[in-house]
Amino acid sequence: MSFAPGQTVGPFFHLGLPYEGGNLLVPASHPDAVRLHGRVLDGEGAGVPDAVIEIWQADASGRVPRETGSLHRDGFTFTGWGRAQTDGDGHYWFSTLIPGATEPGRRPFFAVTVFARGLTDRLFTRAYLPGDEPEALLDGLEPARRDTLIITREERGLLFDIHLQGEGETVFLSYPRQAP
Amino acid sequence: MTTQADINREIDQLRGRGGPQPRLDYPPYRSSVLRHPTRDRLQVDPEGVELWAPCFSAADVDDAEADLTIQRSGEPLGERIVVTGRVVDGDGRPVRHQLVEIWQANASGRYWHQRDQHPAPLDPNFVGAGRCLTDADGVYTFQTIKPGAYPWRNHVNAWRPAHIHFSLFGTDFTQRLVTQMYFPGDPLSDLDPIYQSVTDPKARDMLVASYDHDLTTPEHRLGYRWDIVLSGTHRTPMEEQ
Repeated sequence: MSFAPGQTVGPFFHLGLPYEGGNLLVPASHPDAVRLHGRVLDGEGAGVPDAVIEIWQADASGRVPRETGSLHRDGFTFTGWGRAQTDGDGHYWFSTLIPGATEPGRRPFFAVTVFARGLTDRLFTRAYLPGDEPEALLDGLEPARRDTLIITREERGLLFDIHLQGEGETVFLSYPRQAP
Repeated sequence: MTTQADINREIDQLRGRGGPQPRLDYPPYRSSVLRHPTRDRLQVDPEGVELWAPCFSAADVDDAEADLTIQRSGEPLGERIVVTGRVVDGDGRPVRHQLVEIWQANASGRYWHQRDQHPAPLDPNFVGAGRCLTDADGVYTFQTIKPGAYPWRNHVNAWRPAHIHFSLFGTDFTQRLVTQMYFPGDPLSDLDPIYQSVTDPKARDMLVASYDHDLTTPEHRLGYRWDIVLSGTHRTPMEEQ
């Protein structure tokens, strides 16, 4: 079976994709809210001002949300889904909860998708919480590559920069059953 | 200054040099030069949330959002069309009750967007963004206006063929797709470095809708059919809701 090829979101995705509250998986005033944020950078280290980042995550206990309401948020339901666009400096941010591990012994992560003008197809990656537990995917990578998948903890949040190209290029993922 | 003839030569040189998905490194599309990863993607088995997709329901999407011709006070200008099709996964199973989003230019080839300043008229009755959920058979349907071609600045005299942007979700996160639907017989498609970034002609054809006279309705609108196959899911049918 052939799969439909991807195409860039183009420069005018602001018309169809972003929506109010898209980056607020929980209100910023939620007692457990953290800011997951970072910059999307191109091969010259410049911020990409026209990118969209989507995240999909488990809740704090590691449960995969099955609730609806990601487009019309009620402020109470955690749906695990969020969408943010980068600003003029290439910066994105989400207000969300720290995900738990979906299975015992695995490192929790945010599943991340990257879209941008100039990117002919979406990219998948994972933003792992820092930790000491063994993790097969991370442990199989050389340190510099591994570090691109690990969030930096900050006093008031979580930092995850995405390098599309060049020094510190983020490790992007593909999955079996996808066309190369 | 890069001309269309230069771009055509670059497109020709890269024909067939890629798989069924677009080449991320596709220099004829100039914006890709600094934005494509240079390393191969790391193949991993999906786990945890990746084996699921976010949920959307009628609480998220109003039925009226699928009709782009009624979003303002009057009738938009241009050729009224219906675009419909089925979203299925790599095993042919319908992707049910999942979100489909579209955005597009108006009939004059102008986006309702501050950064689109080329001198074609805005249509006060056409914004150009819509959403719907697929039904129990995986079918989506939008009422809209055929978008116009428009110029962009990739090279001198660069024009994008008419297209509608589509954003789709499958039954698991790994199937997430943003793509574009093109119209049959468009002479601009051969010249377009975004469409041609898919270097395999069979895969490229999958982005082109079919005209379907049975969908066309008298005195009202033309019908286009466009089916979308997402990549294979990692979930078994037993897990399907």
